[in-house]
Amino acid sequence: MSAPPAPLLRLEGIEKRYGPVHALRGADFTLYPGEVHALLGENGAGKTTLMQVADGLVRPDAGTIRVGDAERPALTPGEARRFGIGMVHQHFTGIPAFTVAENVALATGWPVSPGPLRERVRHAAEQIGLPLDPDVRTGRLSVGLKQRLEIVKAVAADARILLLDEPTAVLAPAEVAELLDVIRRFTASGGAAVLITHKLDEALAAADRVTVLRRGEVVLRALRGDLDPAALAAAMIGGEPVVRSAASIGQQADEPAAIRAEALDVARESGYGLALRQGSLEVRPGEIVGIAAVEGNGQRELLRAVAGRVLPLRGRLQVAGPVAFIPEDRTSEGLIPELSLTENVVLGSGPEEPWMRGGRIDWRAAERYTAELLRAYDVVAAGPRAPASSLSGGNQQKVVIARELSRRPRVVVAENPTRGLDLRATAAVHARLREAAEAGAAVLVHSSDLDEVLELATRVLVVSRGVVAEPPSGEAASREEIGAMMLAGA
Amino acid sequence: MPRRAWVIAGTAVGLGLAVLAAGLSLAGYDAGAALAALWTGAFGSWYAFTSATLVRAVPLILIGLGIALGFRAGVFNIGAEGQFYAGAIAATWVGLHVGAMPAALAISAVWSAALLAGACWVAVPVGLRMRYGVLEVISTLLLNFVAEALVSFVVQGPLQERQGIYPQSDPIALSARLPFIPGTRLHVGLFLALGCAGVLWYLFARTRWGFKLRAVGAGPRAAEVSGRIDSRRVTAQALLASGAIAGLAGGVEVTGVSYALYQNLSPGYGFTAIAVALLARLHPLAVVAAGLLFGALEAGAGAMQRDAGVPAVAVSVVEAVVLIVVVIAAAGVQRIGLVGAARARRRAA
Repeated sequence: MSAPPAPLLRLEGIEKRYGPVHALRGADFTLYPGEVHALLGENGAGKTTLMQVADGLVRPDAGTIRVGDAERPALTPGEARRFGIGMVHQHFTGIPAFTVAENVALATGWPVSPGPLRERVRHAAEQIGLPLDPDVRTGRLSVGLKQRLEIVKAVAADARILLLDEPTAVLAPAEVAELLDVIRRFTASGGAAVLITHKLDEALAAADRVTVLRRGEVVLRALRGDLDPAALAAAMIGGEPVVRSAASIGQQADEPAAIRAEALDVARESGYGLALRQGSLEVRPGEIVGIAAVEGNGQRELLRAVAGRVLPLRGRLQVAGPVAFIPEDRTSEGLIPELSLTENVVLGSGPEEPWMRGGRIDWRAAERYTAELLRAYDVVAAGPRAPASSLSGGNQQKVVIARELSRRPRVVVAENPTRGLDLRATAAVHARLREAAEAGAAVLVHSSDLDEVLELATRVLVVSRGVVAEPPSGEAASREEIGAMMLAGA
Repeated sequence: MPRRAWVIAGTAVGLGLAVLAAGLSLAGYDAGAALAALWTGAFGSWYAFTSATLVRAVPLILIGLGIALGFRAGVFNIGAEGQFYAGAIAATWVGLHVGAMPAALAISAVWSAALLAGACWVAVPVGLRMRYGVLEVISTLLLNFVAEALVSFVVQGPLQERQGIYPQSDPIALSARLPFIPGTRLHVGLFLALGCAGVLWYLFARTRWGFKLRAVGAGPRAAEVSGRIDSRRVTAQALLASGAIAGLAGGVEVTGVSYALYQNLSPGYGFTAIAVALLARLHPLAVVAAGLLFGALEAGAGAMQRDAGVPAVAVSVVEAVVLIVVVIAAAGVQRIGLVGAARARRRAA
């Protein structure tokens, strides 16, 4: 790339404020034909906002967008479409009640005559390399297949520039490899792709070029050959080293297991069929057992059964109390956003708490306690009376964890405890979970990010198609071995 | 925040009156005279204030409290009118048979019957929701029509007055009639309404049950998953309590005002009380103020018709405008709330 060709897309000096939040501060971004360009940054760095500017979803306050021969202060979604820009969002954007073919037609404007449309969609999907059954109702597709449909929609609508927002978050390792193959084939035929990600290794593995954003500013641009992981990490988080310690917490092998499940059958959350079949596992005090699984394989039901949130249909389950449960979705299950932090801390307290006076609640005592908790867990908040909705995601998660761990649990169950958190908040959550294990709790944790499972767990179990299995090589199991088990279906 | 709530309420009422005045002028009435009559009818004298405004405010406050209780728990009881009538039927039936009892006992018996009838009337929607997931908005609303038909039936059948001429019941026993506050026609049910407001405030603010109820209303999933609250149970309890209070209001009306059952006993108290609860933003103490306001409008409407020749229903314009403004303001507050949250987050960052 000595003399780079004319860029496909160029964003110059993009500014965007949301009220007092300065989301983008004069960000520049250039995309050349044929490249896979990783846009790297922590959560909240402005990656998605910058790409939404390119896609016409966000109107910048200042700056220029150059695409093809045009130069605009802002694009509309329609213009972005005409310039061949297609965005693949983190969340599915189609209509669940429509079939795959109908959703593609909706995005592309192809005529809706069932027979020809079906063939056309099938053909398009195959050509892209992401085969799909055009007749399936979209709502029934797995998360991975829905994402596949999003890509097919964008490419079928003649996109030449694909903007992919955290596309690997919901995929197993082998699916990630497949996705990257598809993206490469797409760029090889003259298109260009932007991979929005906060994962260093992914950027290193896939990108021809990397742009790093921090707090709305571009802090690093590099070509594939010049990439240095340490420099990238430093650019992302601003010089502070990433806390990555291999967890090896003293297991107390002689103590009886705090979680003992034998041959558990658990129904799907939807109510039909079994999510978990004959699942067995033991977790001892001081252990952190990581559950590796691709979404929808029964790990959620397993964790919720252990946490006492779901009743298993059959099998034996013994769990020492009290149990701390950190649910995946903090704003709908972990916290009540419109209630105050104190009220959220009181949520679920048992009668033994000092502020519970029979049927009465001593809110002053609860407030004092909450204030202490906020200090102890480094929660940035206006105070115990602030509504939970006023906190950032990381601080909300800290509140959930503070509440749950402060009850001195003997068992901790955590679902994706760092989803959507930046590196620093993630490190803090990990540290707390390790502390709980050191204090003698049995910790059972699942993350859809396999690396996080590997980093955190002292022992890894795989749940695949409702079956719990231990890797044959035990604690020495490699990432590849576990990844293969996740996809194999036991 | 409370100050903003007062500003919104004041704006809503002011705007409502302005729209009413404009409408009356356009229709050729003397708007000034009409509003003056409205004021006089509601607040013009101690007698008007107590015997017209407060008498109407009592059922509005009680029912409004019941509705606020349900809404706080996330259940939308639109059937307070029906529950009010169920309570009134039970109160009348019991009230006809307690002549031999001392007053305290007779009134307790009548009120208990009304409370229970209101709860039973709403038990049907509760059961439908628990068993089949039927939305209580629809089932409670539809049961209003059934209750009105039932009143119409009993006053021409089992509870019809002895001579069998008029579609109404005999008057209830003297022992079951509430005493008046001296010099007025205001019955002591007012103190029951005020007491209920206090109790409800205490429940929400200080007790575990009230907290559970608010948690279920604000975030049912989190209440279950993190709070380990049986939200179905709390929801059912809230709806039952809501219906019971509306039923009690029916009993209070029969024992304090009408002494008998007849059709159109309620000028739509069950519906107006929804506006009362919303204007009060579901705060029990504010419900008292909002009930008072709407009671004044109802009372003033009669005077307006009498003295200015303006149909009393014109007042519902004010009620409608108030409701619309309050609902819009609530949506706006949410948006402002979001901005506030972003600001707080920024400060935190």
